[in-house]
Amino acid sequence: MPLVSYISLSAVLFVIGVMGVLLKRNVLTIFMSIELMLNAVNVALAAFARHHGGLDGQIFVFFVMAVAAAEAAVGLAIFIAIFRLKQTTDVTEINLMRW
Amino acid sequence: MPLIFYMLALVAVVSALMVVTRPNAVHSAMWLVLTFFAVAGLYILQGAEYIAAVQVLVYAGGIMVLFLFVIMLVNLEQVDGFVRSRMRLSGAVVLAGLMLVSVGAAFRLAGVTQVVPLPDGGLPGSLAGPGEPSLAAGNLEVVGTILLTSYLLPFELVSVVLLVAVVGAIVLARREA
Repeated sequence: MPLVSYISLSAVLFVIGVMGVLLKRNVLTIFMSIELMLNAVNVALAAFARHHGGLDGQIFVFFVMAVAAAEAAVGLAIFIAIFRLKQTTDVTEINLMRW
Repeated sequence: MPLIFYMLALVAVVSALMVVTRPNAVHSAMWLVLTFFAVAGLYILQGAEYIAAVQVLVYAGGIMVLFLFVIMLVNLEQVDGFVRSRMRLSGAVVLAGLMLVSVGAAFRLAGVTQVVPLPDGGLPGSLAGPGEPSLAAGNLEVVGTILLTSYLLPFELVSVVLLVAVVGAIVLARREA
């Protein structure tokens, strides 16, 4: 498959993730949208690695996945801490730092 | 080959849309697992078996279990639907359109439309030199070799990052004693 199809798919997945982050109200779904965006970027990286004929892109995908795992663990822990404080999963209710 | 790509791409896009549109967080998580599997299939299609395996193990196996546990822990009330703000909605749609257009414009400017066929000897753009294992040796072997030679320091640093994340997650989620 040509590179452009993979990158187009990656862009579509990324935009779906962006829409989820901007428009959803449930914190957990927003987290899932972030994972979706990371996956979209990984698809692009793997496609470019193939395009270049090297493997460095795949190594980078591996590191992105490791950081994504760390991000999910810490993010969900923060979310549990906030939930304990506010008793809600609705982002429109969590506005402690709003002026 | 193109048929498999289009099928996997269709599954990935449809399930990603389902993730964003389902009101129930558990349903979103299940659709996200399907997205991860479709993306893993795309990796295999590109000859990246190692990444595909890690995708299934880490994302579909690890991260999603974490998500489901948190959903079970906290989901007392179902927060469903989207932000009720006309401005936010139109802004998001405009942003999404701009991103898609910019990707298209980047391709038009770069003129990249064809896959460069792999040369027989050597790997341009890779740190693997002539003496090191080539792509022909199998993806898992080569990736493992590169990961533990050229990328040894980042590899070890990532393990520290994961350790810090584990400790940080425990500290954050722990009930105040």
